[in-house]
Amino acid sequence: MAYIVDRRLNSKNKSLVNRERFLKRYQKQIRRAVSDAVSRRNITDMEQGESITIPKRDISEPVFRHGQGGKRSIVHTGNKEFVEGDRIQRPPGGAGGGSGSGQASADGEGMEDFVFQISQEEFLEYLFEDLALPNMVKRQLLSADSFDYHRAGVSEVGNPAQMNIVRSMRSAHARRIALCGKERRRRREVLAELAVLDEGEASEAVETQRGVLQAELARLNVKIHAVPWLDDFDLKYNLKVKLPKPSPKAVMFCVMDVSGSMTQDIKDTAKRFFFLLYLFLKKNYEKIEVVFIRHHTQAQEVDENTFFYARETGGTVVSSALNLMGDIIEERYAPSQWNIYVAQASDGDNWHEDNQRCHDALINTVLPFVQYYTYIEIGDRDPQGLWYLYEHLQRDFIDRFAIQRVRNNAEIYPVFRELFRKHAGEEVN
Amino acid sequence: MTEDATENSREQRYISTSSEWTFETIEAYDREIARIARDKFKLDTYPNQIEMIRSDQMMDAYASIGMPVFYNHWSYGKHFVNVEQNYSRGRMGLAYEIVINSNPCIAYLMEENTMTMQALVIAHACYGHNSFFKGNYLFRTWTDAEAIIDYLMFAKKYISQCEERYGVEQVELLLDSCHALMNYGVDRYKRPAPISAAEEQNRQQERELYIQQHLNDLWRTLPHRGREREEERVVRHFPEEPQENLLYFIEKNSPSLDIWQREIIRIVRKVAQYFYPQRQTQVMNEGWATFWHYTILNEMYDEGLVNEGFMMEFLTSHTNVVMQPGFDSPYYSGINPYALGFAMMSDIRRICENPTEEDKRWFPDIAGGDWLSTLDQVMRNYRDESFILQFLSPKVIRDFRFFALEDDDRKNTIDVAAIHNDEGYRRVREMLSLQYNLSQQEPDIQIYKVNVRGDRSLTLQHVLNERRPLNNDVNEMLRHVHQLWGYDVHLHSVEPDGRTVRSFHLVGEHY
Repeated sequence: MAYIVDRRLNSKNKSLVNRERFLKRYQKQIRRAVSDAVSRRNITDMEQGESITIPKRDISEPVFRHGQGGKRSIVHTGNKEFVEGDRIQRPPGGAGGGSGSGQASADGEGMEDFVFQISQEEFLEYLFEDLALPNMVKRQLLSADSFDYHRAGVSEVGNPAQMNIVRSMRSAHARRIALCGKERRRRREVLAELAVLDEGEASEAVETQRGVLQAELARLNVKIHAVPWLDDFDLKYNLKVKLPKPSPKAVMFCVMDVSGSMTQDIKDTAKRFFFLLYLFLKKNYEKIEVVFIRHHTQAQEVDENTFFYARETGGTVVSSALNLMGDIIEERYAPSQWNIYVAQASDGDNWHEDNQRCHDALINTVLPFVQYYTYIEIGDRDPQGLWYLYEHLQRDFIDRFAIQRVRNNAEIYPVFRELFRKHAGEEVN
Repeated sequence: MTEDATENSREQRYISTSSEWTFETIEAYDREIARIARDKFKLDTYPNQIEMIRSDQMMDAYASIGMPVFYNHWSYGKHFVNVEQNYSRGRMGLAYEIVINSNPCIAYLMEENTMTMQALVIAHACYGHNSFFKGNYLFRTWTDAEAIIDYLMFAKKYISQCEERYGVEQVELLLDSCHALMNYGVDRYKRPAPISAAEEQNRQQERELYIQQHLNDLWRTLPHRGREREEERVVRHFPEEPQENLLYFIEKNSPSLDIWQREIIRIVRKVAQYFYPQRQTQVMNEGWATFWHYTILNEMYDEGLVNEGFMMEFLTSHTNVVMQPGFDSPYYSGINPYALGFAMMSDIRRICENPTEEDKRWFPDIAGGDWLSTLDQVMRNYRDESFILQFLSPKVIRDFRFFALEDDDRKNTIDVAAIHNDEGYRRVREMLSLQYNLSQQEPDIQIYKVNVRGDRSLTLQHVLNERRPLNNDVNEMLRHVHQLWGYDVHLHSVEPDGRTVRSFHLVGEHY
């Protein structure tokens, strides 16, 4: 008679450790696949998991086995036309021919590449591996809308659900000792004396004394009974205090040039960059707001769709966007409450006279307040005016200002990694 | 009215008519199957432990080669993601069951199976495979069903302790090398005494001491004056005889391993040894189990315990299991061990019960005998190679339309050596039997020499079989041997007449 066990409720993921070890062993290949995926994918499915392909020869475990050559014999099934002594031409190309199928079936799987799936979470993990947001530690800000309850000792007031029974009883006990401890002790003595009287000879004097003692006992009992077992002010309650929870929140400004020189391709590259940054911030901050600012000669705050798809033409005045950003920061995102990140993308064109204004705007209204400002210049051309200006500025704000050049989609991810590389010695947060 | 009544009474004899299973019905089926197996067919089994699991647990079981506890290694993770990927893409189904050669015999049943499938699987695994594990001489000799689970627990714990102490990476490197040599970690002729896990732990400590002393002697480097020098002149050949169990030899004699490393080699060796009988009895084991699920379920139908619907579903699955596509079919991937095994087991019964003239000529010993005891003898005393050599009948050869090819790289064509005709039966049978001979399928590689007094190098010898060379993994493999041995490794491929055909060397840079 068999013993039947229901194991269906046992924990799953028994293979998790092995799977992790496998991923770790092939992390180089996985990283490469993730990096390829970023430049290949549409932005909308950027976040999904990814199927990783590893060439079979990289992953096979070696064994001593026979190779091709020599003499071998093999038995097959399903003979239709062969008779003994038939000579079959070797299939062209593959040496060994007939034995091939026997070999392949030995390990049960063909020679195709090894493909497997990693989850979305793992994908992001690999995507942002070894990257860090600079200056994140600085502002773990306290916000007004999230709280944690912490225990903070005991209190005299509270609701019954929070009553601390042990402390209440201890307090009642102390009070009883304080209020009638003496009487209780005296009562014990009186009772002892009465017991002695009961044992001794009966006489007038004894009777009198018994009367006195009993009167005292009655008085003591009244006094003791007057002290309540548990009084209102004995009750103690666990005290919990509401403490504001540090809730890191961030705002991300996407600033993009939409002047005539910005082609759809360049915009697409920029969009990928913005999106990567958004994903990265999302991984680090609970709450993120995104502000889209586009500009040609004038700057405008727009919604996402307009930002990426609406077409505009005209000249380029970058300072308009920087000033608008300064205004928005002042109005809505007080630097004391928000972590501010800026990602700017442009082809580098700017109206020459505007460069000085950009410089002033950045120094006065933007750079002092941001956590990190990244600028990418997209395109094949030589660095443009804006680039030289920013390069100059970077020296003064080395901790929060980073610029990179990008030629096409494929370069976005490496450049992104460069911008957010974890610096040696930097605290990992 | 009367018809209805008989219908009803028959209905009541059915154990169940729904395709959904419950624990009660599984118990009821198991009770009947056990009764038929034991009383009617005299199957001797270990007690059964049936465990119901989900499909993801089945995948976990796959990944750890079916064992309920197993140590961690990346290669099992690789196996797991592969199975997971193929299963979730619908490219492969999972096995209906996994059964473990242990006492009690543990069988995993998937919850997705219908009642019919559960009954099939119980008959197949819990009574078919189970009785094979208990009866077959290879399993009796080489595996210890009582102790295996305990031993695996010990192994898992020991290896995870090593990981804590010496780092996951170190252990992984070592296991990689051990796994590569796993097939060369089995004793083919000596019989180890089974011991319990508790004993194993005690002995492990004794071994540590012993190995240390033993090694010191072999690798003694401080020369003793005078007397010793003379001894050195006599060139000692070590080992005296070539050693086929590479892992055993390395465990005992490697000059560069720590004690924990030797213990891990030993664990891999033990596991390899445990699975060695399964690799040698695939056709027989599956054939035996398939024959019994077929026979037992048919008996249940004859007794009126199951209805026609049950039988239709059962026969559909059974037919799929024993399907053998021809060599030119796109589904062909060699010989299906279930098909061949089932055909041969059924054929032996046929030869006993209804022998033809041909059978009497070919199998005078068993033709017309008692089929039950004949099959029992076959199950107990053979492995695939000898089973086929003895019992593959002309009828089965004809049914499968077997033909043998000879592929010689010195000829321009591949020759058909034999087909299913009078002249060919014996030849086909011999060649098919060779195909299941592990020592024929794996290159014959043995430890030939250790340079004890010189550079401590290890020399392996590969004796060529029909001039078949080693595959391209050989250099990678030498690296693994080197990882375990610690000094230079040489490998010579030699013809049986002693002529060296090719040599491989792995010579370290800095010693």
